[in-house]
Amino acid sequence: MQSLVEAARAEIARAANIEELEQIRVRLLGKKGEITAQLKSLGSMDHEARKAAGAQINEAKEALSAALDARRAALESERLAAQLASDTVDVTLPGRGQGLGGLHPVTRSRRRIEQIFRGGGFTVADGPEIEDDWHNFEALNIPADHPARAMHDTFYFGDGRLLRTHTSPVQVRYLQAHQPPVRIIVPGRVYRNDSDMTHTPMFHQLEGLVVDEGISFANLKAVLHGFMQEFFEKDVGMRLRPSYFPFTEPSAEVDISCVACGGNGCRVCKHTGWLEVAGCGVVHPNVLKAVNIDSERYTGYAFGFGIDRLTMLRYDVNDLRLFFENDLRFLRQFA
Amino acid sequence: MKISLQWLRDWTDTGTDVRGLAHALTMVGLEVEAIQPAAPPLASVVVGEVKSIARHPDAEKLNVCRVWNGLEELQIVCGAPNVRVGMKAPLALIGAKLPNGAEIKQAKLRGVESSGMLCSARELGLSDDASGLFDLPAELTAGQELIAALGLDDTIFEINLTPNRGDCMSVAGVAREVAALRQQALHPPATKAVEPKTTERFAVRLEGGNGCPKFVSRVIRGIRPNAQSPLWMRERLRRAGLRPISAVVDVTNYVMLELGQPLHGYDLDKLNGSIIVRFARAGETLKMLDGRVIELTPDILMIADERTLLGMAGVMGGEDSGISDGTTNVLLEGAFFTPSIVAGRGRRYGLITDASQRFERGVDPELQERAIERATQLLLDSAGGTPAPIDVTRTAERYPARSPIRVRHQRIQHVLGAPIAADIAAECLTRLGMKVEPAASDTWSVTPPSWRFDIGIEEDLIEEVARLYGFDNIPERHEIAAQRMQPWTETRVRNERAGDLLVDRGYQEAITYSFTEPATQALLLPEPAFALANPISAELAVMRVSLWPGLLQALGSNQRRQQQRVRLFEIGRRYAGADGAETEVIAGVVSGSALPEQWGTEPIKVDFFDVKSDVEALLGLSGEPAQFRFVPEQHPALHPGQSARISRGERPVGWLGALHPEHSRRLDLTYPVFVFEVETQSALSRDIPVFAEISRYPAIGRDIAVIVDEGLPAEALLATVREAAGALLQGLTVLSIYRGHQFEKGKKSIALGLQLQDTSRTLTDSEADAIVARVIEQLKLKLHATIRDK
Repeated sequence: MQSLVEAARAEIARAANIEELEQIRVRLLGKKGEITAQLKSLGSMDHEARKAAGAQINEAKEALSAALDARRAALESERLAAQLASDTVDVTLPGRGQGLGGLHPVTRSRRRIEQIFRGGGFTVADGPEIEDDWHNFEALNIPADHPARAMHDTFYFGDGRLLRTHTSPVQVRYLQAHQPPVRIIVPGRVYRNDSDMTHTPMFHQLEGLVVDEGISFANLKAVLHGFMQEFFEKDVGMRLRPSYFPFTEPSAEVDISCVACGGNGCRVCKHTGWLEVAGCGVVHPNVLKAVNIDSERYTGYAFGFGIDRLTMLRYDVNDLRLFFENDLRFLRQFA
Repeated sequence: MKISLQWLRDWTDTGTDVRGLAHALTMVGLEVEAIQPAAPPLASVVVGEVKSIARHPDAEKLNVCRVWNGLEELQIVCGAPNVRVGMKAPLALIGAKLPNGAEIKQAKLRGVESSGMLCSARELGLSDDASGLFDLPAELTAGQELIAALGLDDTIFEINLTPNRGDCMSVAGVAREVAALRQQALHPPATKAVEPKTTERFAVRLEGGNGCPKFVSRVIRGIRPNAQSPLWMRERLRRAGLRPISAVVDVTNYVMLELGQPLHGYDLDKLNGSIIVRFARAGETLKMLDGRVIELTPDILMIADERTLLGMAGVMGGEDSGISDGTTNVLLEGAFFTPSIVAGRGRRYGLITDASQRFERGVDPELQERAIERATQLLLDSAGGTPAPIDVTRTAERYPARSPIRVRHQRIQHVLGAPIAADIAAECLTRLGMKVEPAASDTWSVTPPSWRFDIGIEEDLIEEVARLYGFDNIPERHEIAAQRMQPWTETRVRNERAGDLLVDRGYQEAITYSFTEPATQALLLPEPAFALANPISAELAVMRVSLWPGLLQALGSNQRRQQQRVRLFEIGRRYAGADGAETEVIAGVVSGSALPEQWGTEPIKVDFFDVKSDVEALLGLSGEPAQFRFVPEQHPALHPGQSARISRGERPVGWLGALHPEHSRRLDLTYPVFVFEVETQSALSRDIPVFAEISRYPAIGRDIAVIVDEGLPAEALLATVREAAGALLQGLTVLSIYRGHQFEKGKKSIALGLQLQDTSRTLTDSEADAIVARVIEQLKLKLHATIRDK
């Protein structure tokens, strides 16, 4: 018995894999196994001998069972280790798949601008790009032959209509359809017959309009300054300079302290420390009259700026034309 | 507009802080865009006096001059034709650096030593005149620094005037603004009335109604022909950007620059009868200075004499009656033309002149006599002559009336949102030359001065108060507004979501022009396009009828920049050819490999179904993918076998397809290219989801494989299955498509997976079998399909 156990232990230890071990188990402990045969032989013994031999066989059986289990655990663990080793990948290799595209930088800006103004209670409005003379000029207090028209370089169609030169006609359309209080922004494409380093025949403008009781120039200053600070995520300075737009009175140009140099003077601000970024003013009473709003009771302000221009400043883009060339090497920088 | 500070100082105290003045003007609305020195730095350039001239021994065109520089005589070799003994001319000494970059060194010219250089005006950067040496006035002292001698230590402000401030288009106007701003006195140069020496008057008839209510003129006889303006005047004209021409023209320009009143000088001997100010007659023509003949319309005010048209009122004079070299007798004109009569008239013919810019913005109607007096005085000084009396012709019509405007102190504070005291507001207006009189309580009656054409209503005056009070001094104060809820609809997928979806699927957003090149567009989309009357170029002449032309152009330029794999999309409007009606669409172009180049995948070119999957994902945002159908249909831009019209129900909403290989070739694109375009409004609208009961019972899956004609669209097969299977069909998938020798030619095998499920009970196998049998029967019947045995 002792020799059987010793031989079996050695065999178990030699088992190279689970399958071999299983064969050994069957050979020792299976129905026809050696240990089982020993147990069967007990029947022919007398009571005392059987008792003693039985205990010995059971002891041997337990010992071998334990040895088999231990060996099995060891082999399983080895197998897992081998599996893991063979499954190991180079985690530094790049992942596979389609990859991401990206938004146009002007869209990036437009979305942020809309979000900032939505947070301030503004609604986003929209209007046609092919406009009539009345909405684009007349209703905005720019009659035919007005010198301000010369500044607009308008694109015309054969039927007398035109491509809107600014988003301001949407002011008129919105006020025709809505009673005050009005708080809107209007982002969109606008067109001027002009092309050089700093002008493209199409560009993006954003108009803002607030009409309500008690609206003042001081409110305009607060909204614009607040917006510029949020857009640039900087404590930018702002100044308003008197200017002229036929549809606002008073009118102002909006300068912000240069976002590239902080106002010390650099290439971006042409060494003035200031950047002209917007036009604005208190809505001219004639504009309110054109849409039958009582200009004595209601006042308002309006502002407009170039989304492209703000985008250039935000991302330090030095040529407006890049926005419309759609060069992937440019576009991918804003993904 | 260029303003010389020196000239401005004749009118008011500008202080010494040039930058401070520029800033103050900018902040009051006269934007100083640039501050420039009147002359480039001219160190070591002095007044030289030519003492003697000898012919160069070896060069025909050169002279050897002895030139006195105040200390010594220098030998200078000079090639200018106008050099003469006794002449004073700019002398650049050894070491001087000229604006053109030339450095003056001791030199030998054809073997003769030269210790400096005599200069032309152009060599010094003072004008374009390079015809000879700059002939300096004889009274200058040799050896003086040229800058000091000519008063060139001046600063020029380049002011960007807004169109409402015609009153500032003069030294006087800017000086008025400075004086108001700085609370300084205004001290205009003394103009005394010239004593007439004759009684001659030239007849003037005003027939232009209120277009020309006032015409001031004066005859001056016997001026010296060819007289030159004094250097100081020529210098001031030059600094304002005008070229000195002749004594008469220079004087009229000078007075215009100084006072803002455009003047005109006629050669009296070329006028016939009398001056008539009248509107053009239909069909009348005018010969322009550049030789063009323009046809006039009856709303254009003209200056004529008894025989012919002389010029366009307030815009330009004619050449025939103008001042020439031989002119000795002059008629000076200083008229008032009403802005609305001048506005835009010149521009129609491409004429924007110094005069038209001033008249259409408004010239002070009380200025004409003073301007004529000033011009007479200056002309007599430079060219002599015998003045006749000043002659004022008026019509019964009034020139623009200055009616008082009611201004309420309360309203000023209300509109500006600033607590501006009443006395401060009134003082701001008074400083600007307004007559401010108390009306009711807290209300004034304000009359603007004659030179302000931009003041008509209370708001205009509020702006004036704000300008002088300072925009910077108005506080920033947020309005108090009701916090209203903002709409955020769920029945339309936002464009942002659609864009993000494409970005996440590897597309890069592009923005292309709304106008495009007509020929390329017409090839792709042979339909009319809405054409611009005045396009910026032939390449951008018509509105796009699709986003494809622009995107394909962007694709091409990227391919030419070695970008192999391009996926672009754009959200924007297209414009119908007939009336420009605008439709917003989302469009894309795709070319190159299906996946970015990477390890572990084969570089397979993108195909129809790769792109269709993107389009399906896009349409799937609607939550109703089953509403969309891809119908095989021809499109002129697309490959005839890979072209689908996309419909939502019965409504066409877009196209998807491969660009026709012919177009690819013509546009020099790498084949294949896939394009799509979908209307946002109709494709991205959606219903609000409504909950449906989830089945608690197991589903049964059944696969079938059918052999059908090659030409049968899968869509037809699926529709037949759906119809035959009925409501218990919960899912239907195309599992595989086989073509091959085991099938009859012209046939294909399609395997379909059916998911069958009931919501109220467990489906039995026999029920599922019955449904499948019904489906098979219908496929055989309607599509002549045969069933492929497993």
